[in-house]
Amino acid sequence: MTTSSVNLSSIVATAEQLIDGWELVVGLEVHVELATKTKLFSASANRFGDEPNTHIDPVTLGLPGALPVLNRHAVELAMRLGLALNCRVQPCTFHRKNYFYPDLPKAYQISQYDQPLNIDGWLMLPGDVRVGVERAHLEEDTGKSTHAGGAEGRIQGSDYSLIDFNRAGVPLVEIVSRPDIRTSDQAKQYVSELRGILLAVGASDAKMEEGSMRCDVNVSVHKPGTPFGTRCEIKNVNSIRSVGRAIDYEARRQIDLINSGGVVKQQTLHWDDSAGRTNVLRTKEDADDYRYFLEPDLVPLAPDAAWIERVRAALPPLPAARRAALATLTGAGKESEAVAVIVERGQDEYISAVTKVGGDAARALIYVQQAFAEEPATPRVPAGDIAALSLMEKNAKLTSTQAKTLLAELVANGGGDVLAMAKAKGFEAMATGALESIVDQAIAADPQAWAKYKAGEQKAIGALVGAVMKLSAGKADGKAVTALLQAKASS
Amino acid sequence: MSATQGTGRADSTGHVGRTVVDIAAAVANGSLSAVAVLEENLAAIAARESEVHAFNLVTTDRARERAIQIDADVQAGKKVGRLAGVTIALKDNMCTRGVETTCSSKILAGWKPPYDATVVRRLADEGAVFVGKTNLDEFAMGSSTENSAFGPTRNPLDTSRVPGGSSGGSAAAVAAGFATASLGSDTGGSIRQPAALCGLVGVKPTYGVVSRQGLVAFGSSLDQIGPFTTTVADAALMMEVIAGHDPLDSTSLPQPAPMLTGELSKGVQGMRIGRITDMPEGSSPDVLAQLEAAFDALRAAGATVVDVQMPSMLYGLTAYYLVAPAEASSNLARFDGVRYGLRVDAKDLNSMYGATRAAGFGDEVKRRIMLGTYALSAGYYDAYYGKALKVRRLIADDFAKAYTKCDAILTPTSPTVAFKFGDKTSNPLAMYLCDVFTIPTNLAGHAAMSVPFGTGEAGLPVGVQILVPALGEAPMFRVAAELERAQ
Repeated sequence: MTTSSVNLSSIVATAEQLIDGWELVVGLEVHVELATKTKLFSASANRFGDEPNTHIDPVTLGLPGALPVLNRHAVELAMRLGLALNCRVQPCTFHRKNYFYPDLPKAYQISQYDQPLNIDGWLMLPGDVRVGVERAHLEEDTGKSTHAGGAEGRIQGSDYSLIDFNRAGVPLVEIVSRPDIRTSDQAKQYVSELRGILLAVGASDAKMEEGSMRCDVNVSVHKPGTPFGTRCEIKNVNSIRSVGRAIDYEARRQIDLINSGGVVKQQTLHWDDSAGRTNVLRTKEDADDYRYFLEPDLVPLAPDAAWIERVRAALPPLPAARRAALATLTGAGKESEAVAVIVERGQDEYISAVTKVGGDAARALIYVQQAFAEEPATPRVPAGDIAALSLMEKNAKLTSTQAKTLLAELVANGGGDVLAMAKAKGFEAMATGALESIVDQAIAADPQAWAKYKAGEQKAIGALVGAVMKLSAGKADGKAVTALLQAKASS
Repeated sequence: MSATQGTGRADSTGHVGRTVVDIAAAVANGSLSAVAVLEENLAAIAARESEVHAFNLVTTDRARERAIQIDADVQAGKKVGRLAGVTIALKDNMCTRGVETTCSSKILAGWKPPYDATVVRRLADEGAVFVGKTNLDEFAMGSSTENSAFGPTRNPLDTSRVPGGSSGGSAAAVAAGFATASLGSDTGGSIRQPAALCGLVGVKPTYGVVSRQGLVAFGSSLDQIGPFTTTVADAALMMEVIAGHDPLDSTSLPQPAPMLTGELSKGVQGMRIGRITDMPEGSSPDVLAQLEAAFDALRAAGATVVDVQMPSMLYGLTAYYLVAPAEASSNLARFDGVRYGLRVDAKDLNSMYGATRAAGFGDEVKRRIMLGTYALSAGYYDAYYGKALKVRRLIADDFAKAYTKCDAILTPTSPTVAFKFGDKTSNPLAMYLCDVFTIPTNLAGHAAMSVPFGTGEAGLPVGVQILVPALGEAPMFRVAAELERAQ
């Protein structure tokens, strides 16, 4: 599928988004493999990474006489995704897209054409940038070709080719955005947000590095207020970083081409990530004529209203809503990194659990962000332990340094009695009075550092804080020490 | 009745065919051995197959093993199926596990499917004995079986004539006494026309009544599998076995097989039989005379004959020759030399595709692939394929109107009796016209069948076609049984 081109768009780049006066217009076609047990039209397993050609059957191989039978779970996952993208789920049909290639066993791909399952949705990016979703349709994946010998791993000039049909027939959803994206950063945010939604609704594992999420990027440039320029489609963009790089490269190429009197031709390009450039795969003139027609081996699919509502009602909270909730709970900004990271890891519910048992949400956010990167969405440490730790720190029973030490121990042991652990380590936060006398000792012991610090040399404070920590055997709270020194210096 | 007498008609060679119904009953009660039935067929094959060429493959050893097993089961008092010991020939476009399935094409020669078609499994489950795989026009594209890559099949009733097609081998096998019954596939008349030309009963069921799983596709929205038999009762029993919902075919209707054997004795009293007043011309007088006689017979049995119109009938042919080739061009694209069948090596991928398909497909197949590819191409789709779909709807509308006035329609099955070899091979259009009466049924997805009714030129059988709306199998078999009784 290609993004339908609109001649003029109501979405206009801001002045600072323009590139030398040119407006970038980007649309994305993202293919995701659905997390079903079996393939879209047969009972073979949908599994990545196994021995080649072990998940095959007559339907997968396109053997004569084999017929497709639609996988209900794939339809349900596609509907879930469509509804999460604010699409309308509609009665739909399947078509055959005909072309010859060795990894396409039937020499046609069963896809959706003029009546896709999901249409007219949208996805919101940070900063309230709304990107339209034209459609999200079901189709089957192809097998995987490996071309041995020859230059770039392409079939031309290769010595021989190997085909793995394990991937053939794996259910895909192709999500086609409207050309509403105006910067490479927005494109990256779009892919990242889409990935978050896919994970949240359980539609796909969305692993770009394994190819279960793949992006084709349509890029054109034009002067604001004029019709869209001719677009090029970039394939083989296999990471979010590459999405940004490919768009930046391609925009520059098109602008330079036009500025030097050239004309952009409608082409399909291949992103070479190591060289950091696009190469021409084919131009429009030699594009395939896919001879789409209604797939006679399947009947129309018309999910009834009750089914659609069941799927809608079962949708989990989506990343944007979860970020907003986490931000409210913790007092952090909803576009802050901590909030984004924790929602991406799916650990926001854990923080909510910590809060529910009386923990301090703001501290829990920091703990989880810092120490739970390797933990699953539901960390092994009981929420009550983190709640206890956050309260002890909040109530100045522990210094932040001590809390950090105990946190590491909790993660290492999968939990623990925080009070007992603190006692065992002899951790207790120092009372302010005791702390002040130690600070005075430290100043007395290093008058030079104190003089420098007082004279405005900020880094001189390091030696003083270090001395306090040493004198207090680690029980002093670094922040409190710094605050005390600052207060003394300015008094 | 003694099983050796049977009720089958004597064919021109004097061979007394047994019927499906008789054999199944006699084998099940132990009065007839499945081996004896099979050996009679094998003897007929030994005597005449070299002349008739009904088969691409005779599976003698498998058939004998199977017949012995069935007899042993009967002896052991085990429950045997409704087709115990019934010998059946399968058109060679139905997948048979481990048994070569070629579609009479060089491109598939040697290919052994790893699975059985649903119909094959259902027949086997009821105790059928498979005799072999029968010849056809390559990929079922033709009306005379002259388009087989492995040579034509001859009509056992007159070997200077064609058996019809594309299921010519399946028709010839039953007509020659090589098997008790057979299965064919019908995309535009490929069961009914050879049934008519070989003097047999041939059924094209309602689209979706019989599973297509394991049938190598020609025109997927038109293809249906159906039986060839010597009697209407046999056809009814065969239908009861092969029909019914199959979860492996998404276009299979979600309902059980129609019960038809009980319909046969009901007669046609009070039924309204349609006569098409604007029927396409070109049928020979002997065929039209038998059609009139058939109307008379039904009238005599208490039916009324009413006039109906089918203005779109002739356009069916043009629509069919766009829809079927379009689907075929896509269905046959998988024969690319990559995974199975013939591969002709060449310097690069595209040359390999070209060389393989050039060597593997015959002229008629190539003609239809080109026609279909063209009809679906950008810029031509609306004018050809799109328009053909509209005609398809028009035909369904015309039928719907006609069926407000009648329960079934009678037409000739074929405009002529069996024709001579080479008569139509030089003129594809003349060959295509063989199917003018049969095609509209496939386009509408309805049921139809051909029953032998009298003889025409050179004493050859004439077939009368009974058309009914979708799922009209029950009234269709009532009419068929009445015509059989009137013989």
